[in-house]
Amino acid sequence: MEKILEAKDVLKVYENGVIANRAVSIAVEENTIHAVVGENGAGKTTLMKIIFGIEQAQDGEIFFKGEKVHIRSPRDAIRIGIGMVHQHLMLAPDLTVAENMVLGNEPLRAKLFLDTDRAGEITLQVSEEYGLQVPPNKKIKDLPIGVRQRVEILKALFRNAELLILDEPTSVLTPQETEVLFKTLKNLKKQGKTIIFISHKLNEVKQIADRVTIMRDARVIDTRDASELTEHDIAQLMVGRDISFERIPAPVTLGESLLSVRNLSYVNDEAILVLNKMSFDVRSGEILGLAGVVGNGQTELVRILTGLLQPSEGEITLRGENLIGLSPRRIREKGLCHIPEDRMEDGVAEETTLEENFILDRYYKPGFSKGLRLLWKDISQHSRELIEKFNILAQSTKTLVSALSGGNIQKVVVARELSSDPDVIIAAHPTRGIDVGSEEMVHRLLQEARDRGKAIFLASADLDEILKLSTRVIVIYNGEIAAHFQDVSKITAGDLGPYMLGVQREEAVSGKVSA
Amino acid sequence: MNPLLQSILSAEFGFAIFRVMTPLLFASIGVSISRLAGTINISMEGTMLVSAFVGVLVSAFTNSLILALLAGVAAGVAMGAILSYFHLRLKADIILAAIALNMFASGITVFLLFLATGDKGSSSSLKSMLFPEVHIPLIKSIPVLGTIISGHNIMTYGAFLAIILFYIITFKTPLGLRIRAVGQNPHAAESVGINVNRTRMWALMLSGFFGAFGGLYLSMGYVSWFARDMTAGRGWIAIAAATLGGYMPLGTFLASLLFGAVNALAIYFASLQIPSELIALIPYLATVIALTIYSAQAQKKRHRKVEEAKQVGTIKETT
Amino acid sequence: MEKFLLKYFTLIRVIIAIGIGIVISVFLIYLTSQEPGFSLRSFLLGPFLTRSRLAHLFETASPIIFCGLAIAVAFQAKQFNIGAEGSLYLGAAVGTAFAVSTNMPAFIHVPLVLLIAGLTGALWSFIPGILKAKWKASELVSSLMLNYVAYFLGLYLINYHFRDKEAGFLVSFKLPETAWLARFIPDTRIHYGIILALVFAVLVYYFLYHTTAGYEIRSTGFNERFARFGGISVFKVIILCQVILGFLAAFGGMTEVMGIHRRFLWQSSPGYGWDGIIVAIIGRSHPLLIVPASFFLAYMRVGGRVLNLMSDVPAEMVMVIQSIIILLITAEAFLSQWKYRITVRQAERGGAA
Repeated sequence: MEKILEAKDVLKVYENGVIANRAVSIAVEENTIHAVVGENGAGKTTLMKIIFGIEQAQDGEIFFKGEKVHIRSPRDAIRIGIGMVHQHLMLAPDLTVAENMVLGNEPLRAKLFLDTDRAGEITLQVSEEYGLQVPPNKKIKDLPIGVRQRVEILKALFRNAELLILDEPTSVLTPQETEVLFKTLKNLKKQGKTIIFISHKLNEVKQIADRVTIMRDARVIDTRDASELTEHDIAQLMVGRDISFERIPAPVTLGESLLSVRNLSYVNDEAILVLNKMSFDVRSGEILGLAGVVGNGQTELVRILTGLLQPSEGEITLRGENLIGLSPRRIREKGLCHIPEDRMEDGVAEETTLEENFILDRYYKPGFSKGLRLLWKDISQHSRELIEKFNILAQSTKTLVSALSGGNIQKVVVARELSSDPDVIIAAHPTRGIDVGSEEMVHRLLQEARDRGKAIFLASADLDEILKLSTRVIVIYNGEIAAHFQDVSKITAGDLGPYMLGVQREEAVSGKVSA
Repeated sequence: MNPLLQSILSAEFGFAIFRVMTPLLFASIGVSISRLAGTINISMEGTMLVSAFVGVLVSAFTNSLILALLAGVAAGVAMGAILSYFHLRLKADIILAAIALNMFASGITVFLLFLATGDKGSSSSLKSMLFPEVHIPLIKSIPVLGTIISGHNIMTYGAFLAIILFYIITFKTPLGLRIRAVGQNPHAAESVGINVNRTRMWALMLSGFFGAFGGLYLSMGYVSWFARDMTAGRGWIAIAAATLGGYMPLGTFLASLLFGAVNALAIYFASLQIPSELIALIPYLATVIALTIYSAQAQKKRHRKVEEAKQVGTIKETT
Repeated sequence: MEKFLLKYFTLIRVIIAIGIGIVISVFLIYLTSQEPGFSLRSFLLGPFLTRSRLAHLFETASPIIFCGLAIAVAFQAKQFNIGAEGSLYLGAAVGTAFAVSTNMPAFIHVPLVLLIAGLTGALWSFIPGILKAKWKASELVSSLMLNYVAYFLGLYLINYHFRDKEAGFLVSFKLPETAWLARFIPDTRIHYGIILALVFAVLVYYFLYHTTAGYEIRSTGFNERFARFGGISVFKVIILCQVILGFLAAFGGMTEVMGIHRRFLWQSSPGYGWDGIIVAIIGRSHPLLIVPASFFLAYMRVGGRVLNLMSDVPAEMVMVIQSIIILLITAEAFLSQWKYRITVRQAERGGAA
C-alpha cells in the first residue's frame, strides 16, 4: 500500500525547554484508519499539530503522497489535502452549519454578496457525498455535539482533505454518537480517505483501527497492525516496559485516617458525570498516589478537596470534620494545603515579588500582620528563611517570580504550602515541567513530610513518581476508582496501565483503608 | 395633560424623533459592527467629532458637498484605523486607547478650527454647506404620516439605509460572515485561514465609516456649523444603544429609536411637572437593568442545566 | 547600562512617551505660532512665572489627584470601573444639598459634608461592584451608564431643589461659610483640599501596600485565580475596590466645591473622572506616582491656558499632546522590540538573573 503520510525524525522542543517530539517517525498507509495512542504528554497531539501546520518542528521531514512538504500553517496543510478535527471544535456557535462550512471559502453572488443558497447547496452536496447528515440552516449552538462534530468533519472534507486527523473525537460523545462516528469513519475509508485517530480509549482503538502507533515520552515506541495487539498489550506499551524500582523507604509509622472521602460525585456544567461515588482515605504517615490518564476527573477531584469546587454529592472529612461547603480559606485553616497542578495559573502571581507570593495563605495571621497592618519586616525575614530552607535560587526576597526558572517557581509554591505546617497535603503533578534537581528536592520534601506524620494525596501523570513515592496507589478511570494497590513494592507501571486505560477493572473497589 | 399628550402624539413629535435619532443610529451601527468582531469601538465620540469637523472644513473650502462627504468619511475610517493600529498592533488596551483618541479628537478639532477661523467656539464664520432636505412628492401631502416622513434631511433617510446596509454587510457578505466568525470563535476563523487581526481592523474601519456619517450630519444637517465638542456624549449613548440592542440591526434600530424618543420627549416634559433630567436618564438606567438581567440569566442557565440533568437522570457518562 | 534600562523599562517608556509629546508640542507650536519661541516659553515655563499661575497649578491638581487615586484602587484589582465621574458628580451634589440645608459649627460641618459626599459616591460605585461580583456584569458598561444616571440625578437635585434663583446662572445656593474649605495662601484659591489630596495619596499608598485589604486587592489584580486559590474572597475585593473608588472621587469632587467654587455650579460634568483615568495610566496605578502625574497634567493644562492667553496658540493643543502621550504609554508593544533585543543580548552574555 502507498504511504500517504510519512514523518521522519521529527524533533519539537517548546520554548520552555520541554521536548515534545524526539526523533519521531511515523508512516501512515493510504486508505487505513491509523490510531495514535499515548498518555497525555506523550507527544501525539504535538505531532498532529506539526502535521497540520499549527506548530513548526525544529527538525525532521514530512512527506505527503511521496513528496516532501513544508507545512507552515493550517492553510498549507489544507491546501495539500490534510484536514483536522480538533478536540475543541472550531466552529462559530451563532452561525449556521452552511456558514461554518464555507467560512474562508465563501461562494459569491455578483462578486460581492454571500451566496447563502449556494452555501446550503454545497453543504447538502458534501453531506450526501460522504453520507453525513447535517441540517444546513441550523445554528451550531442549537445542535448536539455529535452533529457538530460531523460538521467539523464535513468542513475538512469540503476542503478536499484526503487525510483526516481526529484528535480524541470520542471524548465528547455519548456511546450512541460514538457508534455513528465509527460508521462514518469506516464509510470514509471505503471512499478512499485516510484517517488518523488520536485516542487513549483502547477499546475503541481495537474496534476501529487498522494500524496503531504507540507513543510515550515524546518518542514512537512501535507501530503495528491493530489485529496483532490486545488492549492489554497496547496499555503496557503506552505505559512503559521499563521497570522502575526506585522507591522511597516504607513509612515508619502509619496513623489513623486524616482525610476521608465517601461517595463523592460531581456533575459538571455540561451535565457530565465527572466523578462517580469515589471513596478513599488518606492516613497520617502515608502517601496515597492517584494514578490515571489526565482527563478522568483528577483535576476536578483535587479542586473539590481543596474547596475550589463544590461536589454534587458525597462527604469529605478532615479528622472527622466536614469540609464540604467550607471556603478555601477555612479548609486551609483546618490544616490542608494544596500544591496545584498549574503553578503559573493558580500557584503564583508572577508579576510580583517572592515575598508577596509567600504570604498568600498567611498574610492575615499574627506574625505577618497586626490587625490590618502588614508587618513587612517580619514578612521579609520569613521569606528569607524560606528561600534558604528550600534552596530557592533568587537574588532577593523582592525578586519578581517571573524572573525565576520553572523549577524554582515550583519550589516557591512548595515552600509556601509545606511551611504552613498542614496535616494534609494535596499535591497535584508537583514535579511537572521542572528540572531534575528541583524534582529530587520536592520528592525529598514530600517524603520528609510523610515521615513527620502528614497525610499526603499525590495525583500525578508521572507513573515513575507515583510508584516511587506512594505507600498505596489507587487508579482513577472515568471518575471511578478502577484499582487499589495496597503494596507498592510489588507493582510496576505495566500493572497500572490496563486499569488506567479502562482495559481492566477491579470490582467494587475503593481506596478506603480496611479496618 | 391633554395638551402634552396632544404634543406627543402629534406629527411634529414623530418628525423630531427621527431627526434626533439620526446621528445616534449611525454611531450605534458603528459600535455594533465593531462588537460583532469581538472588539468594541469606544472612540465613536471622537470619530464623529473629527468627521463633523472635516466635513465642515472641506465643504467651506471646496464648495463641494461630495468632497466634504468623502473627506468626512475618510476621516472616520482613519480614526478606526488608528484605533486598530494602537490596539491590535501595539497592543494598547482598547478602552484606554479609545479614551485617548476621544481626547485627541476633541483637542485637534478645536486646534485646527482655531487655525482655520481664529475662532475656538464654532465655525460660523465659515461658509460651510448643508446636506439638503428631501421633500418626498406625494407622500408629503399625506396628513400626519407625511409630516413625519417627509422633509427630513437626506442624511436621516441615509440612516435608515445605513441600517439596511448594516444588515446586508453583516449577513449577506463574506466580510460580514468573517466578522461574525471572528467575534464568536477566533480560533475557528484562524483554523480556516482567516486573519483575525486583519478582520478586526476592517470591522473598526467600517465602524468609523458609519460613525462618520453621524458626525457629518451633526455639523451639516442638524445644524450648519461645527462647534467644539458638539457630539455632546452621543458617542457614549451610541454604546448604550448598541448594547441595549444586542448589537443586531433590528435591536440597534429600536434602541436608537428609544433613546431618540426619550431625548425628544425631554423637551416636551419640561412643560409637565416631570423634570427632563429624570426622563433623560431612563435609557441609561434601562441599559444597566438590561445588562444585569442578561448576566444573571447567563449565570442561572448553567446551574439549571446541571440540576435538570440530575433530576431527569439524563446524565451523560464520559465513555 | 543595559541592565539598568531593563530594570526601569516601564519608567523609561513613560519618559520617552512624554518626551515625544513634548517634541510634538514644539513642532505644533512652530507650525502655528507667529512667535514660536515666545509661545514655547509661555507653554513650558509659563506656569511657573507668576504667583497666580503657580497657585493655579496646585488648584488644578487637587481634584485630579483624588480621581487618580480612586481609579488606581480599582485598576489595581483589574476592575475597569470608569464611574469616577458619576460618583464625583452625584456625591458633590448630595454633599452640597446637605451643606446648604444644615447649620453647624465648621469643625463638624466640613468633615460631615465631605463624609456624606464620599458615602454617596461609595454607594453609587457599589452598584457596578455588586453587579460584577454577583453576576459578572461588565463594570465598564454599567459604570459608564451609571455616570449618565448620576449626572442627571445630580443635575435634577440641584436644579430643582437647591437652585439659587437670584444668581444669574443655573447654580446652587452658596454654601454656608461653615462648609467652606479654607484657603490658606493669600491671593490664591489654594485650599485645604490639596493638603487632603496629598494626605489621601499617602493613605491610599499605605492602604494598598501595607494593609491586608490592600494585599488582597493587588493580588486579585495580579492573578485572580491565584487570589482565589489562596482563599482570598475575590467577591469582596471586587466590591471593596469599587466602593473605595466612589468614595475617593466624590470626596475629591466635594473638596473642589467647598474650596474653589463654594457652590455647585457644574451644569456639565467637570471631567475630573476622565483626568483620573489619565493620571492613573501615567502613574501605573501607583498612588505615589499619581501625585506627580497629576501635577504634570495640571502643569500641561495651566501651560496650555497661559499659551492660550499670551500667544496665538490655542490651549487645545494640550489635549492633543496629552492624548498622544497616553496612546504611547498604553501601547504595551511600544518599544517592546527594543526591549526584546536588549533582553536577548543580556541573556546571551549570561547577564540575566
